[in-house]
Amino acid sequence: MSTDQRIVVTGVGATTPLGGTAAQTWDALLAGESGARPLEQDWVQEYDLPITFAASIKQDPGEVLKRVEIRRMDPTSQYAIIAAREAWADAGEPGVEPERLAVAIGTGIGGVQTLLAQYDVLKEKGPRRVYPLTVPMLMPNTASGNVSLDLGARAGAHTTVSACASGAESMGYAADMIRSGRADVVVAGGTEAAIHPLPIAGFASMQALSKRNDDPTAASRPYDTERDGFVLGEGAAVIVLESYEHAKARGARIYAELASIGMSSDAHHITAPEPEGAGASRAMLEAVTRAGLEPKDISHINAHATSTPVGDIAEYNAIRRAFGDATEDMAVTATKSMTGHLLGAAGALENVITILTVHHRLIPATINLDNQDPAIKLDVVHGEHRKLPGGDIAALNNSFGFGGHNIALVVKSV
Amino acid sequence: MAQSEQEILEGLAEIVNEETGVDAKDVQPEKSFTEDLDIDSLSMMTIVVNAEEKFGVRIPDDDVKNLSTVGDAVKYIQNAQG
Repeated sequence: MSTDQRIVVTGVGATTPLGGTAAQTWDALLAGESGARPLEQDWVQEYDLPITFAASIKQDPGEVLKRVEIRRMDPTSQYAIIAAREAWADAGEPGVEPERLAVAIGTGIGGVQTLLAQYDVLKEKGPRRVYPLTVPMLMPNTASGNVSLDLGARAGAHTTVSACASGAESMGYAADMIRSGRADVVVAGGTEAAIHPLPIAGFASMQALSKRNDDPTAASRPYDTERDGFVLGEGAAVIVLESYEHAKARGARIYAELASIGMSSDAHHITAPEPEGAGASRAMLEAVTRAGLEPKDISHINAHATSTPVGDIAEYNAIRRAFGDATEDMAVTATKSMTGHLLGAAGALENVITILTVHHRLIPATINLDNQDPAIKLDVVHGEHRKLPGGDIAALNNSFGFGGHNIALVVKSV
Repeated sequence: MAQSEQEILEGLAEIVNEETGVDAKDVQPEKSFTEDLDIDSLSMMTIVVNAEEKFGVRIPDDDVKNLSTVGDAVKYIQNAQG
């Protein structure tokens, strides 16, 4: 075991509100597109939902999966499988012993659509009609189990659950699996499929969602003075991780190094962030330190920035607390302005975006930033995407989750 | 109303295909659900419940284990429709 082993990213995959692949998603981000659109499902009217839009997945899984796969897997698994297959192919299908290949796929909620659909079956048709695969479809580890089956991964299949930090945590967990010698290659990411009336009603009840029903594409507006909540999204993002030596030995294309993970918990409130950012700043500093860097080495932050009035300020306070004046030289972007908030997949998607940002040396611009909140003194990239310099660069990716979970990842150029 | 063996076979093949992806034309009377069609017990339960609805019969759980081939199931359904 080598604790200073370099872990690199050799494959990326995603299915998101912006596109059916990571490449399509990246192109849409550079084009400044929004994934938010009106919900067309009947249940919006049926339940008279207060929020009538979301960032729904762009490509119907039925276009790429077999009919039986759709039938026997909850959408959380469908999305994860699509993203994992893309990442695996993108990495050149690494030749690795099944016993040295692992999976780590996080989720915030798990198979909530199956749970609620089968509860309806129980009430309407009785217990005998409840689908026999109900439990394996709704369990939170359903996506990691299905991806391990699909790839034949036998070194372990893990599921990190930390609400909206789940996807980021899984990637850090995966890197630590390689460092601790448990696996040579890990397929890691996050998935979420919670666009359903119950989660929408729940988030709406807690006043977490933007109410901008008349203008969905302008609803997710991190750092803007008119921000009023997040836009619920769905999808999955997955990466292939391996040691630098392993990647080199097989001649793999390397996107970037996943240098470190920093973690902390607030122990402050079940949903509200600690307003001074004590916990979140510790996670960020830990990530930077574990990467062998100093704050001045971080040139870019892909922020958690969900577009809630309280959350965006709390994250700013945490960044400032962690990095002080060095904050001013960090170019920040909030890609949830385009993707919406993918909950348990958000951290995974934003880490994929951070990896591509470092790889292409191009920061996608935050959209809908018309009037920056004067209390948030960050250099937010907006209007046009921004080039990052040549040479060694490093970026930070923040993710926070209900429960007080703080996860920060550092991505370095290779 | 009783249906012909052929009608039941075709209906059953449709259900099996829907649930497992097995080609409907491979669902033939002599085929074993587990050995030939690779259908696990969970899928078998779904097929049974869907067949009950489609053919208007009741197949108690205790009888399911006796339905080893497609032909067994067709005959059972036909008798139950009686």
